[in-house]
Amino acid sequence: MTTTAAESTASKLRFGDVFRVGASGPRARKMRTALSALGVSIGIAALVGVLGLSESSKSALLDEISSLGTNLLTVEAGGGFGAGDSALPDTALATISRIPTVTAASAVWEVDADVYRNEFIPEGETGSVRVVAADVELVETLNGELALGQFLDESTSAYPNAVVGSIAAERLGIRNLDQPSYVLIGDDYVEVIGILEEFPLAADLDRAVLIGKDAAIDVYDAGDNPAVVYTRVVDGAIDSTRDVLPTAADPENPEEVTVSRPSDALEAQAAADDALTTLFLGLGAVALLVGGIGVANVMVIAVIERRGEIGLRRSLGATRAHIRRQFLTEAVILSVLGGIGGVIVGVSATYVYATSQGWRVIIPQEAALGGFFGAIAIGAIAGLYPAMRAAKLAPTEALRS
Amino acid sequence: MSVQTTTQPQAAAPTATGGTAALELHNVTKEFPGEPPVRALDDVSLRIDHGELVAVVGPSGSGKSTLLNVMGTLDRPTHGIVSVDGIDTAERSDNEVAGIRARKIGFVFQQFFLLPGMSAIDNVSNGLLYQGVPPRERAARSIEALERVGLGHRLQHPPNHLSGGERQRVAVARALVHSPAFVLADEPTGNLDSKSTGAVMKLIHDLHSDGTTIVVITHDTAIAESLPRQVAVLDGALASDSARRDREVVAT
Repeated sequence: MTTTAAESTASKLRFGDVFRVGASGPRARKMRTALSALGVSIGIAALVGVLGLSESSKSALLDEISSLGTNLLTVEAGGGFGAGDSALPDTALATISRIPTVTAASAVWEVDADVYRNEFIPEGETGSVRVVAADVELVETLNGELALGQFLDESTSAYPNAVVGSIAAERLGIRNLDQPSYVLIGDDYVEVIGILEEFPLAADLDRAVLIGKDAAIDVYDAGDNPAVVYTRVVDGAIDSTRDVLPTAADPENPEEVTVSRPSDALEAQAAADDALTTLFLGLGAVALLVGGIGVANVMVIAVIERRGEIGLRRSLGATRAHIRRQFLTEAVILSVLGGIGGVIVGVSATYVYATSQGWRVIIPQEAALGGFFGAIAIGAIAGLYPAMRAAKLAPTEALRS
Repeated sequence: MSVQTTTQPQAAAPTATGGTAALELHNVTKEFPGEPPVRALDDVSLRIDHGELVAVVGPSGSGKSTLLNVMGTLDRPTHGIVSVDGIDTAERSDNEVAGIRARKIGFVFQQFFLLPGMSAIDNVSNGLLYQGVPPRERAARSIEALERVGLGHRLQHPPNHLSGGERQRVAVARALVHSPAFVLADEPTGNLDSKSTGAVMKLIHDLHSDGTTIVVITHDTAIAESLPRQVAVLDGALASDSARRDREVVAT
């Protein structure tokens, strides 16, 4: 009898009403709701934006790396003991080409001549632009492209003709090839027949003026020993090829040969971006923490201000648990509003900036979802103490005003 | 506390009328801790039957507010028994007592305690909220209650768009909407001008005529005298009860 009577008299708040009651406070005080949600949304926006932008920029970089190919290995003289003036043997290009796993190989040679815009430039002011000789397959091997004109071919490389790297073109004042352009190499003016795009995998060549190998030997007495050999390697055999390259290039002094993989540098850059991202994520987390403290603050004030409401609700039959749930829900609503706003701001910021940079827009799902659920967690934590205080208030005390 | 429940002559009088009382206090004592403890209520016994309209009157500091809290189950007595509609609240947990408030008691406060930014309907429907009544039914019953207090034309108005008298009528509607065993009105006209006071008192009389049980707690003797039964409180004890006097008159 006692139990049935107890059941029939028990106080009850419907599940849907928990939300309705929790939303009633924020709805009645819109300005305060907006401001406290703003604090959380700044934090969430920072986190989502940082993750989105870093992912988008990283994917842009990785796209670039994969389009350039990670299977490029460069072979140079140097390294090892006393390697100061060492050079690759003149047979290096041929022997490297004979390795079965090498799909393409091109070389550049040092040319002992300076390049100037014209004869009025004082000697020595080369703007660190070098002259090198190149074979005709160089651009193909490097997956490079020409901005203007054409690259050296069998016929043009036999005579003094120049192709300039992207930075070299700038420094030599060559903007277009509408009219015949010349640069002064050594004592002769040489016609520029092409301007290269950037070579991210061989940045040295951006500052170089390239001439044909035959012309280099004939006109400038260039040596036969290549300075650098660029090789394309079968994708699955990069490491094994890397091991045999020194011996193939210089069988007598393999220890004086340095093999490097330029895409490693770009990958290192991507890793460095990660470190920066972590820093910004930390800053975003601090912003989120401050936002959460803001919500807790507003809730503490709400509980003090709304003692009358708490007393009233207790008189209407609310239990302590109902009151606790109401204020907890209210805190979660505040921070979820902030979370939604923050995700929207973070995603749009990523979209706008990534689009302006020509990157693919990537919003990591964990960032968007994490931002949203993080906001719920922040709200719950921030609301815990105020809600407990509200629930602890005795109804008689709450009604006294 | 069972020691205190032994039958006493005072308690015998109400039982003579038979049936379940809307509210019954048996030898209720309330002490607040201190050195020495403050005894705010001293052995109060009181029976209020269904359909009664009672004034509890007394000067400030007489224990009126403590009596209100104990009658409304907002506070438990130190000793004695409070029964609401036949349910002994002493044996109930806090949550069950909250359920008793949700179903059996309606409160009207001097300060109205309407929630800002909520329409009259929503404020009234809060009276059904903690019984688990579905929203649709809450709204329908709230409209009924508002029409009953003469505010059928103010359904969507928030409190700050209502006059003081109208606000108190919304509060009365909220106290009525769940058809409680009795309504406790604490200084219901304390914040009202004389015109609104007249209107609210008329409403209370009308509701009483319709069969609603109402207890008005007031310090205003003029209001108390306008009600059929007056219970006077002084220094934590019942100083007089007009009902008992009447019965004594009948008895002689």
